[in-house]
Amino acid sequence: MNELIFFFNQAMIGGVVLGSIYALGAVGVTLIFGILRFAHFAHGDMMTMGGFVSFLLAGVFASSGLVLPLPAGFIVVPVAMAVTAALALGIDKGFYAPLRARGAKPVTLLIASIGVTMMIQGLIRLFFGTGTRSFFSSEPKNIFRIDLPIEGVTRPINVTEPQLLLVASTAVAVIALHYFLTRSRLGKGMRAMADNPDLAKVSGINTKLVVRVTWVIAGGLACLAGTMLALDVSLKPDLAFNIVLPIFAAAILGGLGHAYGAIAGGFVLGFAETLAVFNWSVLLRPFRDILWFEIPRSLTLVQSEYKLTVAFVILVVVLLVRPTGIFKGAST
Amino acid sequence: MTARYIGFFAALFVLIIGVSMMMGAAFTVRLMVEAFAYALIAMGLNIQWGFGGLFNFGILGMLMVGGFAVTFISFPVNFDFWNSAAPLYMGRTLLAAAIGAVIIVLAHRVQRLGVTGKWRGAVIVVAWFAAYIIFRSQMDPTAEYITSTSGWIGGLGLPVLLGWAFGGVLAGLVGYLVGKVSLGLRADYLAIATIGIAEILRAVIKNLEWLTRGTLTVSPIPWPVPYPTDFQDAGADTTMSFVLARGSFLIIVVAVVAVALFVIHRAYLGPWGRMMRAIRDNHIAAGSMGKDVKGRQLEIFVFGSVLMGIGGAILVSFVGIFDPSSYQPINHTFLIWVMLIVGGAGNNFGALFGGIFIYIVWILSAPLAQALFSSLSGWSESMGWGAIPEIASRAVQMRVFVMGLIVTIALRFAPRGLLPEHIRHKE
Repeated sequence: MNELIFFFNQAMIGGVVLGSIYALGAVGVTLIFGILRFAHFAHGDMMTMGGFVSFLLAGVFASSGLVLPLPAGFIVVPVAMAVTAALALGIDKGFYAPLRARGAKPVTLLIASIGVTMMIQGLIRLFFGTGTRSFFSSEPKNIFRIDLPIEGVTRPINVTEPQLLLVASTAVAVIALHYFLTRSRLGKGMRAMADNPDLAKVSGINTKLVVRVTWVIAGGLACLAGTMLALDVSLKPDLAFNIVLPIFAAAILGGLGHAYGAIAGGFVLGFAETLAVFNWSVLLRPFRDILWFEIPRSLTLVQSEYKLTVAFVILVVVLLVRPTGIFKGAST
Repeated sequence: MTARYIGFFAALFVLIIGVSMMMGAAFTVRLMVEAFAYALIAMGLNIQWGFGGLFNFGILGMLMVGGFAVTFISFPVNFDFWNSAAPLYMGRTLLAAAIGAVIIVLAHRVQRLGVTGKWRGAVIVVAWFAAYIIFRSQMDPTAEYITSTSGWIGGLGLPVLLGWAFGGVLAGLVGYLVGKVSLGLRADYLAIATIGIAEILRAVIKNLEWLTRGTLTVSPIPWPVPYPTDFQDAGADTTMSFVLARGSFLIIVVAVVAVALFVIHRAYLGPWGRMMRAIRDNHIAAGSMGKDVKGRQLEIFVFGSVLMGIGGAILVSFVGIFDPSSYQPINHTFLIWVMLIVGGAGNNFGALFGGIFIYIVWILSAPLAQALFSSLSGWSESMGWGAIPEIASRAVQMRVFVMGLIVTIALRFAPRGLLPEHIRHKE
């Protein structure tokens, strides 16, 4: 049993946490692709930017002297999401909208998003330096140890507070997005525009508003993902730049433009990464008396240095075998 | 058109002279060696994107492959490795790899036995997994044995120029494989696929400690020309010796760039170039005219990769250290794209100009930003607001921002670059 708990702590919780981050990022990427038809490379840096916005706001909040049972970084998330959404709108207005107005090809927008990536990275490093920061420098990071009431189990289930908050807020965000896309007029308009922009326009959908709403949702979710990731690990300028490719992998896995696919793809990748580097010999150890071979010290599918590579391999294989994604994604 | 070329290159020349007066000759020669290497890489990207319209975001991978190649060829021989049992282990590993490859090939032909559809897919997946297990079962102990007994396999001790050529060959080979698997994809998917493959390459080269020494880095990698110390022994003073040594390095690099420029420009003006432009502008029409679109695109991808590999090899042998963890997408992929976009995609001289010009801007924006911040900091101090902390480390980051700004401005106001592609039409 202890081994199973270890497996749960290491692989299951890790997979859910990573999957939630990927899912939140991938939803933004996939919505932008569905509406604006280009691969928005700066999405990872939008996440980092959101993390830093939360960090600044958390500093302001902490200096106000209020003490709440939740981490300050989490309390300020709604405000930070609004700020990041506004920044996302500004970035669109300044850098992407003029190119779209000229009728530039999606590839040009992709290159422009690389330029935006570099600008955000440069600015963040300019103002915050290259070092690592923590949201928990002034307050402790709560860790919950849940002891199971089963005979012979000594190992507790370990979950940290940010991880619980991350999973909870991902669930809330996903459900809210689902209701927005299926029930509200604007959400239906978004889906229509993803399916056929021209038809959406002639049937009276305000496409400019849809584009703005897309950026608001993408920016808000990016901020949520970036902040939660920074709460879970730590805040650094290349926080999300390193995971922008797994996020794209998740979006492609679910079929670009397909919001539910992106969520599923995010969790598939999250679990694939954690399971691939999990040391399976731990699970075999209880059976060491009945097994005919000696259990090696470490038995992982890939060495842990290659953890991120798992996502890229899955990405490349999906692109080659089934570029439309596992759910045959056309659009949301 | 000609006046524009002369104007821009004359301005570039004046800029270089200005830099050498400000920063000294030794610095400028070093800058020029690296700038020409980057120009070569930008020309490689120009073949892929400018001629062929193929999106490659995996430049970093090609540069790493080129850097590894020159390290492997030109670094002195590691006799500990060759005298140990490691070569035997390596042979066993190769055998395991061969067995794995045979299993995979056989699995792909399983439909001859009447196994088709889903079952064939399952057999192929199982075969890949089995081949992976067989390979890992030999590879892991071999790698452990090599790192514990002799460190790494060392180099071959051959001439550096051969290493550059091998860098091109190896990068071309990798480019062939990358192109083979990913060229059927649409532009944005191709971008993501190539960047994914480049990241896989980066992770592999960084972690194969037995082959590349990984994070331990390899140095000093030999030069194809005498070192500054050799010139000092011959009686030159310190500055002069650096100028002479780097200058002779520069001559070789410029020669390589000139040959490459001559060859690809001839190809561009000839029937081959016309065919490539036809494929780029309308591959369906080109295909219906009987051109082998996929084969030609693969050809372009390999040619571009060869230039990138040579450029990567030149950079590594000039710096003298192969450090896989120093490769970053911003410095080694996006920077090249900025060079080509600003210079002018599709124009070889645009790529040359963009490569040299942007590299100078990239290097000089750090000291310029530092000067700017110092004066700002002095001003804010005089206003009583205190100085800006950590100016030096912040100023280095300024260049990333400057590059991003340049490329977005270029896309908006000069989308075809400073020296746009100019197609001559015969009346």
